[in-house]
Amino acid sequence: MSARPMLEIAGLHVEFGGLHALNKLDFTVEEGEIVAVIGPNGAGKTTFFNVISGMVEPTGGTLAFEGQSLLGLDPNKITARGIARTFQNVRLFNNMTVLENVMVSQHCRTRQRVFDALLQTRRFRTEEALVRDRGKEVLGFFGTRLTGYRFDQPASVLSYANRRRLEIARAMATDPKLILLDEPVAGMNPVESAELTQLIGKLRDEMGYTIVLIEHDMSVVRNISDRVVVLDHGEAIARGTYAEVSANPQVIEAYLGQTTDRN
Amino acid sequence: MNMIEALTAARPGSGKTRAAAPARRRLLDQDWRRLACAGAVLAVGQVFIALTGMPVTFDRRLLIDPILSLGYLALLWLPPVVGNWVGREQVLEGMAAYAKGGRDVVAGAMAGLLGNLGLTLLVLGITHFDVRDPLVHWSPQLLGILEFDQSVWLGALVWPAIGAATGALGGAMHWMGDKTARTMVLALSTVFAAAVLESVIVDLSQGFHIEAVSDWLYGPQRGLTLAATAVIVAVAVAASAGFSWARAASGRTAPQASAQPDAAGAGSLPAQTAWRRIPARKLLGWAFAPAAIIVLPLFLGRLTNELLANVGLFILLALGLNIIVGLAGILDLGYVAFFAVGGYSVAVLTSPGSPRFDPEIPWFGALFAAMLLAGLAGLLIGAPVIRMRGDYLAVVTLGFGEIIRILLLSDWLSGTFNGAQGITNIPGVEVFGLATVRGFEPRSVLYLVLFFCAIAIYVSWRLENSRIGRAWMAVREDESVAEAMGVDTVSAKIMAFVTGAVLGSFSGAILSAKVGSVFPHSFAIIVSIVILVVVIFGGMGNIAGVVAGAVVLIGVLGGPNQPGLLQEFAEYKILIYGALLVWMMLQRPEGLIPSARRARELQANDVNQDAWLRAQPAGRATDDAGGTSDRGRP
Repeated sequence: MSARPMLEIAGLHVEFGGLHALNKLDFTVEEGEIVAVIGPNGAGKTTFFNVISGMVEPTGGTLAFEGQSLLGLDPNKITARGIARTFQNVRLFNNMTVLENVMVSQHCRTRQRVFDALLQTRRFRTEEALVRDRGKEVLGFFGTRLTGYRFDQPASVLSYANRRRLEIARAMATDPKLILLDEPVAGMNPVESAELTQLIGKLRDEMGYTIVLIEHDMSVVRNISDRVVVLDHGEAIARGTYAEVSANPQVIEAYLGQTTDRN
Repeated sequence: MNMIEALTAARPGSGKTRAAAPARRRLLDQDWRRLACAGAVLAVGQVFIALTGMPVTFDRRLLIDPILSLGYLALLWLPPVVGNWVGREQVLEGMAAYAKGGRDVVAGAMAGLLGNLGLTLLVLGITHFDVRDPLVHWSPQLLGILEFDQSVWLGALVWPAIGAATGALGGAMHWMGDKTARTMVLALSTVFAAAVLESVIVDLSQGFHIEAVSDWLYGPQRGLTLAATAVIVAVAVAASAGFSWARAASGRTAPQASAQPDAAGAGSLPAQTAWRRIPARKLLGWAFAPAAIIVLPLFLGRLTNELLANVGLFILLALGLNIIVGLAGILDLGYVAFFAVGGYSVAVLTSPGSPRFDPEIPWFGALFAAMLLAGLAGLLIGAPVIRMRGDYLAVVTLGFGEIIRILLLSDWLSGTFNGAQGITNIPGVEVFGLATVRGFEPRSVLYLVLFFCAIAIYVSWRLENSRIGRAWMAVREDESVAEAMGVDTVSAKIMAFVTGAVLGSFSGAILSAKVGSVFPHSFAIIVSIVILVVVIFGGMGNIAGVVAGAVVLIGVLGGPNQPGLLQEFAEYKILIYGALLVWMMLQRPEGLIPSARRARELQANDVNQDAWLRAQPAGRATDDAGGTSDRGRP
């Protein structure tokens, strides 16, 4: 039982030219949790992720990871602190191979210098071997789908579902404590999405990652999340377990619109 | 209507007759619009070529002694190309293609005839009007060439006839079948190469002491003799026949080889035996190529050595720019700045003619200083532009390239750089008392250049497959994602600038010692552009491609201030560069040699996939065969 939550967000505020993308948002994540962030389109979910990963500068509020503020840090420094993410619209390094994709994301965990590469020092060779092995290990998490002959294929030839898996593998390779998954099962068929849901559970149970995910697929949210936070117009309108949240009239209203017989 | 008729003719009713010979069209069953379009394009092209002055300028240069000059060739090559294009058809899958035949010949002939009517109009135009004021080459000399020094009417009538004949030849290439067409193209291009590369072949034959060969090949006023042309054609035809025979023979033996039983089970895939054979051949190549490169300059004459040294200088520059543009994806239009820093550092430090820095230091010391200064310049130029992206970055680098040149030219710094007079009297390179490299000994320069090229290739190769190389590629692919994945993009980009700058400074340092003088105008913006074209033309991000691009463009056409093999084209170098670049972007945007690694991966995918599938335990292989199959599972 750590005294403070792993991720601690208070009064977070993001404004894009008068538009409040996020409004006084309070949010905490305890270590080992799976938290789902849901909400209708345009609720500010992805902006929320962008703020945590440092790609968007907040206009107000505090943001602390393991007790240290993340404000003003470059995205790569935040990744080095232990927060990794995937993207809603899959953004792989398409012309690099599958293995290179997971090797490059270990950048902030490796130390070799240019002269090590030029002189092929022992440090360079051992580190390259380590990076390669770690990459293969991470890819192996998804069974044989991303292994074998796939190591040397460019990421662009992968199928859609495999590209999503590779994105997760790439995030895992940064050696994070907290993974932000932005719609991990979007566009997958029910079988694939059930399988990936199981894997996300394994990410927490076996790998020990803490997970925050944005998801529209309610069966996924129901199956794996410990807690659910509902965003609408940049504000958290409900939080609690899936059962609590799904019975909340405000949530139903946000998704379906105001009912006519309400006064 | 034609289309439907043809389709029904091609597949009359039942599926049984699908294997029957494809339909043949009547001679005049033409796509008239396409013909007219091709004719118009050809006409414009021919008139353009004529008015650029190529026919007049090149007429002095004989290719085949009495009959063909380069000037006439400039007007002869386009009609067959267009004639061939007219007959080219896209065959859609599932649609029956037409049989190639006389119709294509007629189409080619008509396109050629139509197009060369443009030259007829030009002949008549030159005789009746004078617009020489804007069009410099609207001249009696051009008229003389166009009318074959005979009469106007002969010229006006003969050109369409020539167009029809050569266009028909181009169209007939569809008809004569691949093998014959290939043989013809091979023969023609061999003759062309032998004729155009005359100076190099003479130079080479002197180097190898076989002057008899070149004396026999070429006539007294340059140009191949007729007999030599005939022999070259015969040799090319024989070689082509021999090659296809050899291929057919190996094709016959291949099935026998694979017919051997798969004794070792899944392990002895034909693909694997093929892979196993490659390393031996590669090893031989690895051993042979460096040896050849080291020994060859001893046999080459002055001219070829000089040419290769120039190529080497541009290989160095292109490899440096390749790190910035090809790997890190930063479009740097001011790369010449680093070339200039290298050149001027060495000039100021080694030349007694430089106004400042009297204690002159040896070249290698100066090189070290040049590297440091270029790295510093990379840092200074890189730091402010690093936060920019795309077009903005390109424009700013363009500005920095010019700033350096203008600083060198300025009165303010003329106390150090001597302004427009430049710095002369730069001594050669003393290689540790063993040898001296001087500009008037191209062979020694070539060895120096080769040494640094080897360093540059090694550096590019090692860095590409390292942490920083992967970071560069990630930045190229998607900068914001790279940053989110923990790559320090700022330092990666600055590192790319610094590395590229140091490689470019090598080239500048050698140039100073080679030429013996440096001037601000040697580092004009066109140098940046040419280096960029070399990188794009060769294949961005690929070492072999960049080297090939430099050899082809700089070696054959020449650099911005350096002559190439085809000295005749010197005036038109930039025009040809532009045309080549446009053609390349349309037809082969990945470059001459696309990144070999990926090309191999793409080709090998199927083979590897099969091999991998067989190696899997049966259950897993069918379950998880890959992305495409798991999407379809129920």
